[in-house]
Amino acid sequence: MTQMNQAMIEKYRSSFLKEVETNVEEGHWVKMCMQCGVCSGSCPLGPHWEHPPQEIFMMIRANKRDEVLKSSSMWFCTSCYNCIARCPRGLPITHIMHGLASYSKKLGLAPKSQPTESFGQIFWNSIASNGRVNELKIGLALQFKDGFGQGVKNAMAQKDLGMAMMKTKRMNPMEFFGGHTCKDKSGIARMLKKAQEVEDQHIANYGAGK
Amino acid sequence: MAKREYSYYPGCSSQKKASADNFMRSANAMCDALDITLKEIDDWNCCGASIGYAGGGEIPRLSLSARNIALSKQQHGDADIIAPCAACWIATKEAEERVEHNPRVREGINAALAEIGLKVEPAQMPKTRHMVEMLVEDIGLDTIANGKKKGLEGLTIAGYVGCQTNRPFGIAGESFENPKYLDNMVEAVGAKAVDRYAKKVACCSGALMFSEPEKGQALVRDIIEAAYDGGADMIVTPCQLCQMNVESYQTDINKRFGTKFNIPVVYYTQLIAVAYGKSAEEAGLDGQIIKATKLEALAGK
Amino acid sequence: MADMKIGAYICKGCGIAERLDTKSLVSVATRDGKAAIGREHDFLCNADGVAMIQQDIDGEGVNRVVIVGCSRRAKTEAFSFEGVTLSRANLREGVIWVRPDTDEARETTQEMAEDYVRMACAEAKFLKVPESSGEQGLLRRIMVVGGGVSGMTAALEAAKAGYEVVLVEKAGQLGGVAAQMYKRVPAKNGRQGPVDPEVEKMVHAIESLPSIKVHLNTTVAKTSGAPGRFKVELATESGSSSEAEVGAIVQATGFVPYDINKLPELGGGKSPDVVDQLGFEMLAKAANGGPIKRPSDGKEVGNVVFVQCAGQRSEAPGHLPYCSGHCCTTSIKQAMYVKAAGGDATVLFDDLRTPGATGEDFYRAGQEAGVTFSKGQVSSVEVAGGEVKVSFKDLILNEEAVDNADMVVLATGMVPMSGPDPYLMLDLESARGQNDTARVADLEAQLEGGFPSVLNLDYRQGTDVPHLKHGFTDSHFICFPYESRRTGVYTAGPVRRPMDMAQAMEDATGAALKAIQACENAALGRAAHPRSGDLSFPKFRMEGCTQCKRCTVECPFGAINEDEKRYPLFNEARCRRCGTCMGACPVRVISFENYSVETVGQQLKAVDMPDEFSEKPRLLVLACENDAYPALDMAGMTHQEYSAYVRVIPVRCLGSVNTIWITDALNSGYDGVMLMGCQKGDNYQCHFVKGSEMAHYRMSKIDDTLSQLNLEKERVQTFEVSITDIERIPKIINDMAELIGQIGMSPFKF
Ligand code: SF4
Ligand code: SF4
Ligand code: SF4
Repeated sequence: MTQMNQAMIEKYRSSFLKEVETNVEEGHWVKMCMQCGVCSGSCPLGPHWEHPPQEIFMMIRANKRDEVLKSSSMWFCTSCYNCIARCPRGLPITHIMHGLASYSKKLGLAPKSQPTESFGQIFWNSIASNGRVNELKIGLALQFKDGFGQGVKNAMAQKDLGMAMMKTKRMNPMEFFGGHTCKDKSGIARMLKKAQEVEDQHIANYGAGK
Repeated sequence: MAKREYSYYPGCSSQKKASADNFMRSANAMCDALDITLKEIDDWNCCGASIGYAGGGEIPRLSLSARNIALSKQQHGDADIIAPCAACWIATKEAEERVEHNPRVREGINAALAEIGLKVEPAQMPKTRHMVEMLVEDIGLDTIANGKKKGLEGLTIAGYVGCQTNRPFGIAGESFENPKYLDNMVEAVGAKAVDRYAKKVACCSGALMFSEPEKGQALVRDIIEAAYDGGADMIVTPCQLCQMNVESYQTDINKRFGTKFNIPVVYYTQLIAVAYGKSAEEAGLDGQIIKATKLEALAGK
Repeated sequence: MADMKIGAYICKGCGIAERLDTKSLVSVATRDGKAAIGREHDFLCNADGVAMIQQDIDGEGVNRVVIVGCSRRAKTEAFSFEGVTLSRANLREGVIWVRPDTDEARETTQEMAEDYVRMACAEAKFLKVPESSGEQGLLRRIMVVGGGVSGMTAALEAAKAGYEVVLVEKAGQLGGVAAQMYKRVPAKNGRQGPVDPEVEKMVHAIESLPSIKVHLNTTVAKTSGAPGRFKVELATESGSSSEAEVGAIVQATGFVPYDINKLPELGGGKSPDVVDQLGFEMLAKAANGGPIKRPSDGKEVGNVVFVQCAGQRSEAPGHLPYCSGHCCTTSIKQAMYVKAAGGDATVLFDDLRTPGATGEDFYRAGQEAGVTFSKGQVSSVEVAGGEVKVSFKDLILNEEAVDNADMVVLATGMVPMSGPDPYLMLDLESARGQNDTARVADLEAQLEGGFPSVLNLDYRQGTDVPHLKHGFTDSHFICFPYESRRTGVYTAGPVRRPMDMAQAMEDATGAALKAIQACENAALGRAAHPRSGDLSFPKFRMEGCTQCKRCTVECPFGAINEDEKRYPLFNEARCRRCGTCMGACPVRVISFENYSVETVGQQLKAVDMPDEFSEKPRLLVLACENDAYPALDMAGMTHQEYSAYVRVIPVRCLGSVNTIWITDALNSGYDGVMLMGCQKGDNYQCHFVKGSEMAHYRMSKIDDTLSQLNLEKERVQTFEVSITDIERIPKIINDMAELIGQIGMSPFKF
């Protein structure tokens, strides 16, 4: 996707704000932030963000494209919606954070092996191939994402929890072979493919039309 | 009690033998007691949950929920869609909102849905509601209180609402900072609600429990600590992810922070099921990793 | 008035009869108080009770009514009788409600009540019914000085109310600053963005009204007289002059922008492309919706940076320390001009302040239009190679940043166009007279850069309305914002405090109505705020006057002039009836018919003084009727207890307290004296502006008297209290009682 990144840099040479307004989910709200900081103060993992939401909005206006898109910050959003509930200006901050994260990933700028980013992708892959989430496979994939050796270690560390979940019938080892799926898997795959095309086209079109 | 029918889908975590398997069993028991029929949307799919944004952009993600909406419309007409899960509820409502107000997103979604012969149209979609909304608004907490078979006397319960059942939509008439419905529900079934539970709407870290366990567990530690501070015997929650995060990591948290937590975390549906005379198994209490012994005892009575 | 005949009426209602022996109160009134008639009534304020009193007035010739019951602040409508004086003994709020209902307390509570009856009767003996001065005349015409938006609004509002207006403007046309504006911030619905200022409409409305007489190119050469009968001399640029008579004056002389040349660090004066807001406004007006062209080379501006708080909200020497209130919204407005013409605009602010009901919405409109707002502190503005380089610290991102602009607009503050501070002028005059060169130089420096006199008042206390701070005219900012310290002269708009157009219009409307009220009051001989409606006014006994001039100097309202023989010349309509002159007079020749050295002095002497060994001390409280006395009443209503040894006398203002009262009190054996008035100083709450300050000053000299009498100086104390001190005041009283217990009884009990 670096090609797309290059194209975006060309297009929005001097205004990252415009790029965000056009290409990022709910990005047109960014200019309405009044820099009060309520969002940053309300965020459960706020102290761990390199740049909390208020700062991200200021950086966008200050044209700091790389620093925003390469930041790990947005990946610390837990989707608690506290910021949305409290923002005096009514910004849909959570969605903007998701949108920025997703956009940075699309452009290939998201930080490598960011745990939430990897987990989110595994999760999405599960949906995309089955229509529903396969919790067991996601769990295993997550544990084994850093290679087999680390995976065994991780799995051992979590074995008590796994056993507890199985004992209480809240996890099924048979999930590994098939498990929960939708009937119309191929239809869903087609739908998602098309949706992705539409979205990419919108960005490639430089967001012509809103 | 008047018979009621709704469209619904359980969501991934509440499927059989998934992480909230016991939730759905208790919800079914509760619906049975309250004469509610839930008609499952055939071939429903995942809503994308809050973490879906990483792999799916705006339109792919919202298409998922739009498909569920379209299927419900096709199968159950204008019947409300009941979402037992906060993430499903929010994702589906969000999809409805964007379809309603954002023409570009609407067109994108419909282009995707066209691939499978479906379509969503503004002002034509069934309404999506949380299961809690159905109880509070359609049934009424007074009715629930009056119809119960036994009161859950002697239990002190911390009502942990969490984030997504509370924000950004919330239950009509409730405040974001201090919603009261869960406490009222606890009182309706005859138990005592912890007054001023300090972490009532705090975040359990959601999906980040998997990717950032250390930070997530610190949040949960505070949630549990505040429940103990309030004198709680157990925690009740309306959210599957909250339940999972707060209940199942207590051993890890104890190890990490030197605490001695061992507090059961149940669903509101389990409280209601027990109050309506359902057995411990019907109420899904066998699904607790930390046994809710006091509640089980009441169920056995 | 015919022979004095006191009627004392003791109310038994509101629990008074249960707590007090009212029979004996009647005998105190008739025996000690010399009341000709003393009666009890179960419920004095009801129709029957009032009728009983009226009967005595009509049938028995009672001309001094003493009501013994509730506070003078209660039941004022029931107890208002024509042609007689009225005294009130406060036994409800002032006695039974502040004392415990116990057997031990009964005796001292009764003593307290009896003293209040004696005091009220003593006062009654020295009261007179106020009579007219004969100075009154009704003149339904006001003068408005200043033809900007504030002045035009005042003129139009007064005209609408049926008044004639003399509108004086020193420029050649009406409109002031607003006439130079392209658009304005709307007064309502900020979301709509900038709107037409509609100045021409106002000018037309004024020109079409025959009741408004406009004098352009004109200034006020002289103002003499008083409300209801001001005489003004108008001088035109061409040298001709005319006269007018007006009942009241609205001064709406507005502001000038702070001089941008004083801000070289922000590029002020270094390039024609660095302008103030008014300068940018004129460029926008010239562009009239098209691209704005910059002054240096006529280039269409693509990027404009607005620097907020330029030379204001700053303690640096020569800067304005205050916020001018309108400049943030003004910059937002101007940035929107730039956006509308396709350019980019950045507003650099520290705190963005958008006051007013619609300010926040207007800010949103600016954000929606795409104006960039950055919290940044500008360190320098440099002009080089056709660009203006703004260096600033981004306060959110905590880093140094640079913006290269085509133009920079400095949001400088408002400098009020008030006349010179009259008191500084007077000081200067006297310093010159005394050849005090250092003081002369200092005062000249303070007055430098100021504006010439606006009103040229022919007053003993100087030519213009006094200032509060920074050249803004003085007004009681909470209670009577329009009242200046010259009765009948109302200042409105940015000359009073910094404000935007919407506020100025509202301010001017208020001022116009106050001016009308002043005319109507003057016609009836009635006082303005805060003793609105009072018909008494100060009189003096010329034979006793030593021409010390204290009264003329200390009157906070400049009400007293001097006649040819250098005697004080009181002006009823200029007077606010505070009594500060009465408090000032060392020979005590100033008095009001219903308030005098005697009416208070005799009250404090009427108190029954137990001997030194009785262990019953007596404390005198002189309480300002505006704040301290109501607070004491409220202490009663909320049943706070305070000492039974205290006797409270309300005074018009602490400024009216003559030191003779203190000396008298000490000589008659009081063990302590407490003065309670309002807050003084720059943030004063004193309803008469300077009264409390004067009292504090005078009391600072009372130590001499105390040491002459060989008394401890703690026995006399002055307090600043406010109306909300409902719990604090009883505590102050009780602390004082305790203190007296420690230092012991006064030996002066005879
Ligand atoms: S709470 Fe809203 S307005 Fe305040 S800083 Fe955050 S996004 Fe901006
Ligand atoms: S929704 Fe995300 S950004 Fe907003 S407060 Fe919660 S975690 Fe922070
Ligand atoms: S009563 Fe007050 S206002 Fe009137 S002349 Fe005396 S000092 Fe001045």
